[in-house]
Amino acid sequence: MSTIDRPGVVGTTHRDAVTKPLFWTKSRSTRIGDAVTYMIIAVMSIVILFPVFWMLSTSLKENSEVFLFPPRWVPKELLWENYPKALTFLPFGLYFRNTAIVTAMCVVGQLLSSPLVAFAFARLHARGRDALFLLVLATMMLPAQVTMIPLFMLFKVAGLVDTFVPLILPNFFGGAFFIFLLRQFFLTISPELADAAKIDGCGYFQTYSRIYLPLSKPALATVAIFTFMWTWNDFMGPLIYLNREQNWTLTLGLSRFRGIYGTTPWNLLMAASLVTVLPLIVLFFFAQRYFIQGIVITGVKG
Amino acid sequence: MALATRKSKMGTMARQEERTFYLFISPWIFGFLLFTAGPIMASLFFSFTFYDVVTPPRWIGIGNYTGLLADELFWQSLKVTALYAAGSVFLGIAASLFIAILLNRNIRGVSIFRTIFYLPSVISGVAVSLLFMWILNSDFGVVNFVLWKLFRIQGPTWLMSQTWVIPSMVFMSLWGIGGSIVLYLARLQGIPTELFEAAEIDGANYWRRLRSITLPLMTPVIFFNMLTGVIGSFQVFTQAYVMTNGGPNNASLFYILYLYRNAFRYWRMGYASAQAWIMFLILLVLTVILLRTSSRWVYYEAG
Repeated sequence: MSTIDRPGVVGTTHRDAVTKPLFWTKSRSTRIGDAVTYMIIAVMSIVILFPVFWMLSTSLKENSEVFLFPPRWVPKELLWENYPKALTFLPFGLYFRNTAIVTAMCVVGQLLSSPLVAFAFARLHARGRDALFLLVLATMMLPAQVTMIPLFMLFKVAGLVDTFVPLILPNFFGGAFFIFLLRQFFLTISPELADAAKIDGCGYFQTYSRIYLPLSKPALATVAIFTFMWTWNDFMGPLIYLNREQNWTLTLGLSRFRGIYGTTPWNLLMAASLVTVLPLIVLFFFAQRYFIQGIVITGVKG
Repeated sequence: MALATRKSKMGTMARQEERTFYLFISPWIFGFLLFTAGPIMASLFFSFTFYDVVTPPRWIGIGNYTGLLADELFWQSLKVTALYAAGSVFLGIAASLFIAILLNRNIRGVSIFRTIFYLPSVISGVAVSLLFMWILNSDFGVVNFVLWKLFRIQGPTWLMSQTWVIPSMVFMSLWGIGGSIVLYLARLQGIPTELFEAAEIDGANYWRRLRSITLPLMTPVIFFNMLTGVIGSFQVFTQAYVMTNGGPNNASLFYILYLYRNAFRYWRMGYASAQAWIMFLILLVLTVILLRTSSRWVYYEAG
């Protein structure tokens, strides 16, 4: 084992602390390199975090203070009442509820369908399986815009435009990306477990639900989190399918906020934006490793 | 005799397994036929018709395609998208690779920095578009203030300038490179330490090791990033719709924005379908070209 240990792939915090060499045991040139590295990374971190800070700062300012030049970094007085003001000007509670319903249903749909399909591709033998799996992968390459117009017509003919159905329903038939991710994960589970279950009299579905699902909680969490993130942020879907304001989602409401107000009330707009992204930020901090895991397993950036 | 019964029994089990397989994947097959295969064929058909939703589609042959080739806005949208793709893919790869290499230097607190760099990728969409409209505001935006304060430069009008609107969006895309950083970092941490130790014994310094070991080993990820980056550029919609609505003077008329307008603003469904198919063909050709040339510069470990 080398003296300088390399950190593992994910979740290395505790290993860092144990195996990283202490600062003063490193050579001089390494120390200078480290110092420069820290400086560059620190400056970049500030640049990266600044927009989020600026969103918060602007959201707490008085309207005249927003347009001060030079800008005031921290508001003189923290105007928390901007938040109720921003959220009651438009029915944000309603948008929030709509977004939550659509997102929750999409997550449920993906969790019901994708793992089952992925299990079949990973563990059941059948003629045509590999060709079908290639087809699954091929659909990942297809740009959504190719099917967008006929899908719209389909839902229009079915009388489902201006409902949540077009946004939710497709999730109940498995997503190619998640099927791929879960299949990769299932393949890492020892097939002997499935064989043992079979001997104990478990059917295929029981093997799936009693052995594979409980062992795959991290992968299922990754699926849930990505579905959550994509649905919550989705703009084009709601824009195409939702008309009446009572059906609008947060992104749709937010995009109309500016037009309604005339001159842009940046403080209120930033308050509303922050409330919109807050669930994602909170989720990210609690479930960070599942985000990272999803990216690393599939190579897709989320 | 005993053997024969066992054989047929195996056959029954295999058949049962096969039936279960198709039963389990039936949701996907149903979804594929209804939401992918069917619409693909419908879209191909629409692209050869005049279709305004109100009246049934009318066959016009390749009229939509020839129409598009003569459509200035179509070429403009291609130009905008290509410019953005070139800028965001190239700068995105350079920046994320640079940060990943820095983060990989055995320093403490890597996971904290990784969290910071990944955070913006979580919050894409409308809220971020609004945030950058504010930051890039020409009169009260914080970017122009910093430019003035540090360099005494009068910043451009960014999103309101025909010249600067695409660079602005490229700049904004750099905020979301956290995903690539995580990918590069994972790959970097998978490089065996022995390679570096051997090179060090041979007298190779840090830069030499970076150029001769690290970068070649990173080429598969760089290649992957190029591919997804180009595809991603053809999907840009929210920013363009919310921030500039294609302006000023169509300088940010992204491909999908123009497609969206044709389909859902002007109800030219046939025309928009043809646009979607041309985009699909462009992406297919680009992918093939990238794959063909990749053997010359992408390093795959033997085996």
